[in-house]
Amino acid sequence: MAVYWGAACGGCCVSVLDVHESLFAVTEKADLVFWPIALDTKYSDVEAMPNGFIDVTLFNGAIRNSENEHMAKLLREKTKILVAYGSCAHLGGIPGLANLHNRAEIFDRVYQSSESTYNPGKTRPMTEFQAPEGNLHIPVFYNDVRPLNQIVCVDYYLPGCPPQTERLVEVFMAIATGATLPSKKSVVGAREKAQCDECERKKSDNKKIKEFRRPFEINDDGITCLLEQGTICMGPATRSGCGYRCIKGNAPCRGCYGPPPDVPDPGAKMMSAIGTMIDSNDETEIEKIIENIVDPAGTFYRFSLPGSIIRRKIPCSELR
Amino acid sequence: MQRITIDPITRLEGHGKIEIFMNGEGTVENVYFQVPELRGFEKFCEGRPVEELSQIVTKICGVCPGCHHMASGKAADAVYGVEPTPTAKKLRELFYMAHFVHSHIAHFYALAAPDFVVGPTAKPEERNILGVIGKVGKEIGLEVIKQRRIAQEIQALLGGHQTHVVMNIPGGVRKGLTSAEQEDIAGKAKRFVDFAKFSLNLFNDVVLGNKTYVDLILNGPYSLKIHSMGLVDENNHVNFYDGKVRVVDTEGKEHCKYAPNEYLDYVEERVEPWSYLKFPYLKKKGWHGFVEGQESGVYQASPLSRLNAADGMATPLAQKEYEKMYSVLGGKPVHATLAMHWARLVELLYAAERCFELSLDTEITGKDLRTPVGKPVGEGVGIVEAQRGTLTHHYWTDDKGIVTKANIIVGTTNNNAAICMSLKKAAMGLIKKGEEVTNGILNMIEMAFRAYDPCFSCATHHLPGTMPLVVNIRDKDGMIIKTLRRD
Repeated sequence: MAVYWGAACGGCCVSVLDVHESLFAVTEKADLVFWPIALDTKYSDVEAMPNGFIDVTLFNGAIRNSENEHMAKLLREKTKILVAYGSCAHLGGIPGLANLHNRAEIFDRVYQSSESTYNPGKTRPMTEFQAPEGNLHIPVFYNDVRPLNQIVCVDYYLPGCPPQTERLVEVFMAIATGATLPSKKSVVGAREKAQCDECERKKSDNKKIKEFRRPFEINDDGITCLLEQGTICMGPATRSGCGYRCIKGNAPCRGCYGPPPDVPDPGAKMMSAIGTMIDSNDETEIEKIIENIVDPAGTFYRFSLPGSIIRRKIPCSELR
Repeated sequence: MQRITIDPITRLEGHGKIEIFMNGEGTVENVYFQVPELRGFEKFCEGRPVEELSQIVTKICGVCPGCHHMASGKAADAVYGVEPTPTAKKLRELFYMAHFVHSHIAHFYALAAPDFVVGPTAKPEERNILGVIGKVGKEIGLEVIKQRRIAQEIQALLGGHQTHVVMNIPGGVRKGLTSAEQEDIAGKAKRFVDFAKFSLNLFNDVVLGNKTYVDLILNGPYSLKIHSMGLVDENNHVNFYDGKVRVVDTEGKEHCKYAPNEYLDYVEERVEPWSYLKFPYLKKKGWHGFVEGQESGVYQASPLSRLNAADGMATPLAQKEYEKMYSVLGGKPVHATLAMHWARLVELLYAAERCFELSLDTEITGKDLRTPVGKPVGEGVGIVEAQRGTLTHHYWTDDKGIVTKANIIVGTTNNNAAICMSLKKAAMGLIKKGEEVTNGILNMIEMAFRAYDPCFSCATHHLPGTMPLVVNIRDKDGMIIKTLRRD
């Protein structure tokens, strides 16, 4: 087994480590052959492995730069079962929100207009830089973020930000005991229902909403469905499996498990769900109600923009 | 010509690369360190509702998400011009102490201890947490894992999500604590205190009891005379959650003390073309290059600098250990980079004691969890101490609380220049003309940055091992004469 990261925060690796004391039991069943955070296996060792040498690779993180892409391709060659592990590899994740901007805009903010930055010479990081002592190289920062399956063929998806450790253990045990695996390209380690079907908050079958309010504008009773209290919760457009952990913390779901089965685009699903909830037939009133949904792109596609149908925003400058 | 670059793993991922340049004599002329990645949170926070940021910025780092959550939550409070209720504030701090306990345990045992318990030049395959367990026994190893797990369970209970906490909301927190939960946390926190004391004893026996190590700490190539930054309370005691940022100079005199919303008067950042990570420095000193000393703008923000910048610790046992550390190391400020490990354990004891204190506070089970918020005032700064340094989040919003601009200076970023300089100094001190550069030497160079617990060690925090690393050694013409890899 191997674990590797692309553009990630490290939270996926923490979720693997969160097996805690059972870690020793896991390492009894699998030889970890490559896991940069944990083992001293060399890069050159991976290159020297025959194709298909690794049974399972958990690849977490999105593809943000040339190094991420290179490693994704290398590990694809060396691996029998490549798992896109976590929201970023699955659909782009939070770093995928960068697809609302392009490279130039990101660089300008970070390296130029940032209030704490003093950069009169307009210096930017350069892929190749000729230092007095020699050439220095850093990977190419791409214009947009991509999920793993836009770079290589992915066998399974194990969603979540990060995946709930119990789900990982279930999948791991299924593989280790030789159980029959689901068909290729399926989502594993999650449920087949929407979040709402598992969530134990009280809800009616017929949600009617007159006014949308932000989380701090409601007095959450801790019991009633957050949507019915008027605050946007991504439950209807999200696959269950996490144990609705954020909702248990009284925070609305933001969709890290991706869309439920047979839903290609979580944002479209959420818009359609909201459409059925709006309690009005009057166009002007509907418009007013919708106005209170602030930041639909960043909310409905919080974890999934690069993997969604719309993928990214194309700035006018790129259209010319 | 002194340039080394380190990208912290929080906002970047990928491989570290050290470039060591040798001159014709075979001695080190220059060192560059590059961990080259960027995700651009500052940009894509724009357009988001400010109350959502505390859940977005946790994804900067999956190892210290709680720090970003707290700095962001405080910035959002400031955007709305509100103070959290006393209960909310205490719940946040209680969560935060558990976060420090978990992180400091992980760093000391999984990352730092292999170098001291197993040995700095031991075989790489033994120089990991399993090697440490081999030396100290499985019982202690399991206790380490258990204490970290318990700290994480407290985080999950208070934060709602075991990793990417969802606790904060402008004006307070989303969820309160029951008396039964309070009692449970108090029992656990008491054991944290015992475990922190045990860890300091272990450090005392294994490190301070070994003359070679003490010599390495005090006289090795690991000293860096730069300024020290840290958050302090109204008594100038170390505080992780709240207070003012104090900077003392290389001689220990106060250089400045600023409130969060004044940070732009004191800190400035520089861009280098060979790195995706910026280099902060003290604005009033100015940037004079990668140089040490009183006139330099380079500072550090770490457990050691926090202790240097403060007058003491706010809890009794930690205060005792603080006094002992400075007495053994010859007074304040301490510039020995490896003393950061000791300082981190003093902080672990403080976090454990403070966690216990808060768990007994009668106000902690209060029902008043949120101060109501009205119209945003439009701008706010939140500062906390992350495990790896002072963390600043600064947001601007429109009149609806939608973010128009964000500026973030992450813990490890503060130390970018300092880590570069520590690495170069270590490389120059350890690589000797005509002598083979062994893996042991390579590890001893790594020890220079490992002490900072930089966030690329976020990744290496938890388990055996070391960060992926490539070291190229080049001759005077820039030709690679040797490559050491460990990816």
